[in-house]
Amino acid sequence: MYTEHFDVIVIGGGPAGLAAGIYLSRSKLSTLVLNSGTVGGQLILTHEIANYPGVESTSGYSLARTMKKQATSFGAKIKTIKGIEEMDLKSDMKRIRISDEQEYTAHAVILAPGGNPRTLGVEGETEFKGRGVSYCATCDGEFFTDKEIVVVGGGNSALEEAVSLSKFASKITLLHQFDHFQAFQHAVEEVKQNEKINIRLEHVIESFYGEESLKGVKIKNLKTGEVEDFATDGAFIFIGYVPNTEFLQGCFPLNDRGEIPVDANMNTEVKGVFAAGDCIAKKYRQVTMAVGEATAAALSAAEYVHNLKQDKKQ
Amino acid sequence: MLDTNLKHIDSADAWQQFISENENTMICCGRMGPMCIPVYAAMEDLEGEYEHVKFADMEFDHPEAHVIRNAPEARGFMGLPFTMYYKNGKVVKATSSIQSEEQIREILDAEFAK
Repeated sequence: MYTEHFDVIVIGGGPAGLAAGIYLSRSKLSTLVLNSGTVGGQLILTHEIANYPGVESTSGYSLARTMKKQATSFGAKIKTIKGIEEMDLKSDMKRIRISDEQEYTAHAVILAPGGNPRTLGVEGETEFKGRGVSYCATCDGEFFTDKEIVVVGGGNSALEEAVSLSKFASKITLLHQFDHFQAFQHAVEEVKQNEKINIRLEHVIESFYGEESLKGVKIKNLKTGEVEDFATDGAFIFIGYVPNTEFLQGCFPLNDRGEIPVDANMNTEVKGVFAAGDCIAKKYRQVTMAVGEATAAALSAAEYVHNLKQDKKQ
Repeated sequence: MLDTNLKHIDSADAWQQFISENENTMICCGRMGPMCIPVYAAMEDLEGEYEHVKFADMEFDHPEAHVIRNAPEARGFMGLPFTMYYKNGKVVKATSSIQSEEQIREILDAEFAK
């Protein structure tokens, strides 16, 4: 087993993880950013970012690339891993094993694993992804020109994307599991005024079916329990995000939504472990917030490590 | 041209040459959109690790990208990007829409085992 030690390990390479990497390495702390998947996280999925202060309109991909470059230029080491096999975050010396041959230790850990778009998790969803089931109106809308589609969700994204898709599709059925929308009122009004959009509240998709591509969905009316076959060429799913905290289940304090509770300085309930970004319990999820939280987490971690080293000297 | 660090295929001739001159190839045909970028990024990450596979991209809207857009293996595809895996010039796997690095790795290991 090869063990490598760092002052701080950051788990996650999205905007929060990279911002923490920038601040920590700039403070001359040896820093390892462990990332699974693409560096940049959800940020790279954003086509245009026009409201990041100080940066004129740019793509999420470009912003993420700059953040990565900044972090590595200050000395942070970024390593892409398949996953974490075992970890001990509760001891004073934090330990993360990524394989039988490699483990890392650190005085402090910042958890910034981000989140992922939520999927319905019903039969046929994976099978028809890219063959009628989509999670991006901007990317795939034109494939559904003059076709009938369904949109699933009741938040701002779902309603805004339904309106955007009405430029392509001939008819849209908007399905939502609750009896009211969670979106802002202006978005609800826009949907209601759109003649192409038909709203069905308290309805859910039970399964997707088709052959080469999607042919229809089974829709359940939650009020009556009735299930119907609904012919459709496409289904766009916009039902929010889930925090990437599965690897922490059972071994780290999480709330009932799988989020990490933190205080104002991004301390978790475990000493020496901090958290930032879309994985923490909060109302709003924005890149600017993830970066701000990561800054606080990095400064808290730096102070923690500094105090720890001072104590050892005395 | 796509803003990636991958080799760019810019014509049907270049596509033909690329897949016939290299035993194992992966071409991602897309745009600079949210579903495509993660696939390019994963390919850039994997390029160093899979030296026996050649990676490239092609603009979906390029007129000569019909070699991928209209390929029989892409029939029924309705999600960007269209990603094709070729062995000795023949399609061995094709996917539509976003794929994670882990999913791409699984395909590379299955189709292009060393």
